[in-house]
Amino acid sequence: MTAQALIHVPKKAKRGEVIEVRTMISHVMESGFRRSQSGEPIPRNIITNFSCTYDGVEVCRVVLYPAMTANPFLIFRTIATASGKLVFNWTGDNGFSAEESATIEVE
Amino acid sequence: MRPFQVRGLTRRGVLRAGLAALPAGAALTLIVRPADATPEAMREAIKRVVGEAAIKRGRVKLDIPPLSENGNSVSCTVTVASPMTAADHVKAIHLFNEKNPQPNVISLYLGPRAGLARIDTRIRLSDTQTVTAIAELSDGSFWSDSANVIVTLGACLEDNPT
Repeated sequence: MTAQALIHVPKKAKRGEVIEVRTMISHVMESGFRRSQSGEPIPRNIITNFSCTYDGVEVCRVVLYPAMTANPFLIFRTIATASGKLVFNWTGDNGFSAEESATIEVE
Repeated sequence: MRPFQVRGLTRRGVLRAGLAALPAGAALTLIVRPADATPEAMREAIKRVVGEAAIKRGRVKLDIPPLSENGNSVSCTVTVASPMTAADHVKAIHLFNEKNPQPNVISLYLGPRAGLARIDTRIRLSDTQTVTAIAELSDGSFWSDSANVIVTLGACLEDNPT
């Protein structure tokens, strides 16, 4: 199963500017607390971890719980230090793993 | 004349059938509903993060709508007042709830590289309850803010997929 991730990082920024990074990934985020119509519990299937590295340095790390919505949506901030690559990584239950990247040009 | 009587279906018969079905229905709802996180569970979850340190009010601002129609998606924002320098910054922002089956919602770990200690996200709320945000600062202090949210349609339990 391939998950679709949406990333929004400004293409250009001034050095030292605080940029807003918006991320969203397609995932059911099944809480594990629900039951099917036949009464059996539906096993938990969520994204548990998210991280973002900027030129190889971790700038943000998130632990997610079942109380996050389906298709988890996150906005965080980071300082535009240099032109480079931001790599986003999601991992979760049942060996879920997804990676996405974005480049930024810093003047 | 008995205008409300359909053939073979008496008022007494309907009541009897309803009563017979009642215990089965009541038992089912009891099984289906998992144990909710209580305010005590939230306190314990907070204690696991904070330890014995005191939690102060202020610096943290939790923005969440006071009334939410759909608990499946409640947008919220946590902002922490901090200069975000190497010497004085926010290390983590945690979000907790009282009444979902589990008290934790999200934990964000950040550093001076963030520039601004703020997170925007969408969460699930199973019921009308209090949501608490806690920020851990680099000097080891903890700050918090809470907000009450009225939820009209709760998340997690209402819908049963096939």
